[in-house]
Amino acid sequence: MRTTLLAAALLTVPVLTACTSNTTSEEGGSADASRDFTVNASDDACEVSAGEAPAGTLSFDVTNTGSQVTEFYLLADDGLRIVGEVENIGPDVNRKLTVNAPAGEYFTACKPGMVGEGLRSGFTVTESDDAPELTASDQELVDQALTNYAGYVKDQTAQLLAKTQEFVELYKAGDSDDEARALYPDARTHWERTETVAESFGDLDPEMDLREADLEPGQEWTGWHRIEKDLWPAEAQKYQSLTPEERAFFADDLLANTEELNSRVQDLEYTIDDIANGSRGLLEEVAVGKVTGEEEFWSHTDLWDFQANVDGARVAFDGVKPIVEQNDPDLADTLTERFDELQVLLDAQRAGDGFVLYTDLSQDEIKAFSDSVNALSEPLSMLTAAVVA
Amino acid sequence: MTPRVSRRGLLGGGLAAAGVAGAFTAGRLTDEAAAQEALERSYDFRGAHQAGILTPAQDRLHFAAFDVTTDDRDELVSLLQDWTAAAERMTAGGSAGEVGPVEGNPALPPDDTGEALGLSASGLTITFGFGPGLFTDPDGNDRFGLADRQPEALQRLPHFPADQLVPEQSFGDLCIQACADDPQVAVHAIRNLARIGFGRAAVRWSQLGFGRTSSTSTSQDTPRNLFGFKDGTANLKAEEDGAADQHVWVAAEDDPRGAWLAGGSYLVSRRMNMTIEVWDRQPLVDQEQFVGRTKGEGAPLTGGTEFDEPDFEAVTGTSPTMAVDSHVRIVHPDFHDGARMLRRGYNFVDGTDALGGLNAGLFFIAYVRDPRTHFIPIQNAMAKNDALMEYLKVTGSALFAVPAGVGEGEYVGQALFV
Repeated sequence: MRTTLLAAALLTVPVLTACTSNTTSEEGGSADASRDFTVNASDDACEVSAGEAPAGTLSFDVTNTGSQVTEFYLLADDGLRIVGEVENIGPDVNRKLTVNAPAGEYFTACKPGMVGEGLRSGFTVTESDDAPELTASDQELVDQALTNYAGYVKDQTAQLLAKTQEFVELYKAGDSDDEARALYPDARTHWERTETVAESFGDLDPEMDLREADLEPGQEWTGWHRIEKDLWPAEAQKYQSLTPEERAFFADDLLANTEELNSRVQDLEYTIDDIANGSRGLLEEVAVGKVTGEEEFWSHTDLWDFQANVDGARVAFDGVKPIVEQNDPDLADTLTERFDELQVLLDAQRAGDGFVLYTDLSQDEIKAFSDSVNALSEPLSMLTAAVVA
Repeated sequence: MTPRVSRRGLLGGGLAAAGVAGAFTAGRLTDEAAAQEALERSYDFRGAHQAGILTPAQDRLHFAAFDVTTDDRDELVSLLQDWTAAAERMTAGGSAGEVGPVEGNPALPPDDTGEALGLSASGLTITFGFGPGLFTDPDGNDRFGLADRQPEALQRLPHFPADQLVPEQSFGDLCIQACADDPQVAVHAIRNLARIGFGRAAVRWSQLGFGRTSSTSTSQDTPRNLFGFKDGTANLKAEEDGAADQHVWVAAEDDPRGAWLAGGSYLVSRRMNMTIEVWDRQPLVDQEQFVGRTKGEGAPLTGGTEFDEPDFEAVTGTSPTMAVDSHVRIVHPDFHDGARMLRRGYNFVDGTDALGGLNAGLFFIAYVRDPRTHFIPIQNAMAKNDALMEYLKVTGSALFAVPAGVGEGEYVGQALFV
């Protein structure tokens, strides 16, 4: 019985999705059908219903009629930069790509089997006076947000590098551990503010920010938390402090990786949904690691990281806020309010230049943080759609 | 507006439309067909009383208590409106949100979490209640301008002997009881309602129940609790003329402050952990003495069959046949001015404790017209004198006022806010 029901569901979905698309158009998703396309993605062809569109929000309704899992891309004119993509489209499955495209030359591409450079065709987006979702001033807002966010990441990374240099010198000195402990959460603030960007470098992140509990058997543990444990060994069982040579090794390794990170972010480019997704991602970091006190297992300085994640999420949100205010003013208001409410809770835990330790929080205070993070995260999950709408 | 994959639509119209218990032609149906029919059953969300009280007790429970986190009365009302809309859709076998789990904009998280796709209404009822904390905070402050409408009876329950309450499993400003014949349907309801609540209400605690321990209709067999005994034999049944009006539903004249509660009820929840392993070592004769009934048939120890009344005057040797500390005697209406409850509890097993013992027991739910006459005295008598208390530890406790049914165009509890 259940099997039959599921089969019915699978058959029904594509049909209804097509209806949904039409309905959306009528409700103002795009001004006319000239921005809505169907894509027939088979094993050896990638048939787009037309090759030209006016600038604005384009919608590609992709149906995989082939036998292999496929992907669909809209690529920029260099054939490298991805403007939009849908991945993992199984046989007989229907997916939709909605993307904002200014005037220019593009490529559409299907990738049956998800390998190679795909089946490509040229695609032209023409100037349009009635681009409904992305007017000239909207484009200015987007450009502004992208420029600002890139600048923010570079600035934070530069500060991270400077404080990491200072931190590793104190740590290597061997007689300045108090100063090193004081600087540790402060320096990491700059890491946590842009954590989702740092995490996008799959090689650097595990070398710099892995927690002991995340290690695979036999994996070498390096980075911030390796040093954290050595600076706060009080709770470690049978802990053998690192030798000066070992200290130097881990310190130099962390600094080298930070220098590499700093050089990589210089040329990094973002899309508007990168920024919106980054804001959501930082709150997810809070929900899974900071509210639970898992991030700073030895130092218990989780609230510094918590604040820094919220800082980064707020900067990202503020960057796209003018766009959200146009597309969904209620969402912009709700997010502003919920960010403020969470900040009130954080401010209540300030002590000196920093915060109280996680271990000093009561269960009620932790629950209140968790409730507030949930209250913010739920509407934040709507942000990306509101930004690219 | 937007066409959607409705959960019921997947089933093909006819099956899902089968309304309520009327279609119950037991005897002619095979067990399989009867089970299937139970899953297709749906109950109207709107009506004179909330569903999930007199409704024939379903097999599964997910119960959740919430703390209200907003201090804005309008937001509280909007939450009740949103919950009403979602509950009406889900109890009809639909999705929590207007759009559905797979029909929406792919760039957005779905407005229904999806685990009930392909499942029918499964007899789902969703019942809402208001705790004392909705009216006044612990310092006595009026939270939402409702303090003068807090019924006299709606106070935190007093401490009872043998209560070992865990605050994180007790109390709450709001509650939702979701009952269904499919556990995933009940969990889906609470999960989605909790999600709708984020920013306005936060889950304080929740409890799963896997098997009903009461019958609320004469059409149902009496189930067993984890002591292994039939439970709820003498429970108040929907078919008893006038009994619900007398013992369950609040009347308009009961309390001037609580006039808005007319047609509603009070819900008492008690998480009663059983010391399972110790109980299991009791001789059968002792177990039956503690309860006052035979373990097999469920008949009173004074003879007859399950539904025969116990004879409290009967004597065996020099002692009463129904022991003075037997559970049936202690809680019987004869000794409590005739007060009866509508019990709607569930067995629970939350895995095992740190020592390997079952973390299990009875999640007791009772609906009563007034807890001061219909619950507190009985609970006190039980805590003081009942032989079963040796094997019970109460770890959770809460009291809620359950407003009357939701009329067309209304939201749940609307009478409190107008």
